[in-house]
Amino acid sequence: MPRYLSLVQIDEKTAPAEGPSPELMQRMGELLEEITKAGVMLDTAGLTPSAQGTRVHWEGGKISVTDGPFTESKEVVGGYALMQCKDMAEAIEWTKRFLKVHGEEWTVSCEVREVAEG
Amino acid sequence: MTSQPTADLKTTVETVFRIESPRIIAGVARIVRDVGIAEELAQDALVAALEQWPRDGVPDNPGAWLTATAKHRAIDLVRRRERYARKLAEVGRDLETAGPYLDRPSDPDDIDDDLLRLVFTACHPVLSAEARIALTLRLLGGLTTPEIARAFLAPEATVAQRIVRAKRTLATKNVAFEVPYGPDREARLDSVLEVIYLIFNEGYAATAGDDLLRPALCEDALRLARVLAQLMPREPEVHGLVALLELQESRAVGRTGPSGEPVLLKDQDRRRWNRLLIARGFTALGRATAAASGAPGPYALQAAIAACHARAHTYEETDWPRIATLYALLAARTPSPVVELNRAVAVSMAEGPAPALEIVDRLATEPALRDYHLLPSVRGDLLLRLGRTQEARTEFERAAGLARNERERALLRARAEEAGEGEPS
Repeated sequence: MPRYLSLVQIDEKTAPAEGPSPELMQRMGELLEEITKAGVMLDTAGLTPSAQGTRVHWEGGKISVTDGPFTESKEVVGGYALMQCKDMAEAIEWTKRFLKVHGEEWTVSCEVREVAEG
Repeated sequence: MTSQPTADLKTTVETVFRIESPRIIAGVARIVRDVGIAEELAQDALVAALEQWPRDGVPDNPGAWLTATAKHRAIDLVRRRERYARKLAEVGRDLETAGPYLDRPSDPDDIDDDLLRLVFTACHPVLSAEARIALTLRLLGGLTTPEIARAFLAPEATVAQRIVRAKRTLATKNVAFEVPYGPDREARLDSVLEVIYLIFNEGYAATAGDDLLRPALCEDALRLARVLAQLMPREPEVHGLVALLELQESRAVGRTGPSGEPVLLKDQDRRRWNRLLIARGFTALGRATAAASGAPGPYALQAAIAACHARAHTYEETDWPRIATLYALLAARTPSPVVELNRAVAVSMAEGPAPALEIVDRLATEPALRDYHLLPSVRGDLLLRLGRTQEARTEFERAAGLARNERERALLRARAEEAGEGEPS
């Protein structure tokens, strides 16, 4: 049973400034509990805004360090979920449910990637 | 409603069904009090979805749609069929509240209770271990009959028969669809844990050449154990089992070499062990300890032993005295020759080969170990360490004759050769 990493990507410019509403947090909590109860969720977390992040880059044999926010990217990683599922279709179904708990004011996409084993 | 092309839609329907099916079957089984009929009604709901969703679109909450559809059919069936008349009294309460109950989302606690009832019913001791395993994988693990057959190297017809007979047995023996609370609760829970453990071991015993579905049984068992721990958070042995399986699975990648040959624990590359699963194992072991009111149970003890190996960054750092103590506790709780043999290995590492050989020699007449290749293999090892090379060689040869797979035979023959090259004692 492969593991899948769902990288949650949000557009920080259009995301509600006040962050997730209490109702969204409530719905999200219930869904995460459901995914855990299904024996699927291994680990999940949300990240602080990219303004508090730092990008460390390696190119041409040199390190460069850039403080956030990362305004040149339309979407930045805002969280992740590591799930163990029978197949990609199952990971996608849980991901759809995760996206649906957000209200229409949110624009969110999840990149679902299989973890390479071995 | 979500729109998507038809080919994807079939995948969506089937995936949603696979995710929801244990909960649907559990919820319906509470109404019809029969897991076989519950499974058929769940299948009916799947057919209805395959007919209606392409036309009307996928509902916003597809799981709830499937559950409601299956429950409506269940209630129709209960009302329609004569043979449920005598059970109506039992389910009358559900029927009276069925209307509003179906129109509002199910209470998660109700779903959990139903699932737990399904677990205890599928693992009921009136069924043989084989039947319990097949039924559990089918109803709770989401495996199809052909998948179960392939994973267990059994003909599909045999497994199908097994499942049919198991459902019939549950119906004819009037097995109550309930979670046991009473004097037999512990025995019933043991039966559930044993089923999950057996599924895991079947996957663990699979070799590299086997169909991938066989090793995947480890993950199926792990998922079942994780689900059970969520359903029964106060049962220490459930957490103990989760801990044991998480820790065993954390070493899965290190157990075989590049060409599929088995790699002994001492030779494994510990950097390849899965740290996430090790961390989960420790967490589960902590929960087992916190939930226990008395001495740790057999699963928690085995998990504690696995944790000793996980804690050691190198083989040399292994805390053998602690492992020997844990095996002694395990032997006191669940005496068995195999546990005693494992204790001997731990004692040999903690105190040396001589006291371990005494334990092993006491096992020589044990009928349960007569054909168990690990007894002469361990004995050969101890004799070798004591410098009794010729005797060691004889033991390794005997072990090679008893080993079940070719790779182990080859390994033991090589050890016999090596021992023979030593000085005669």
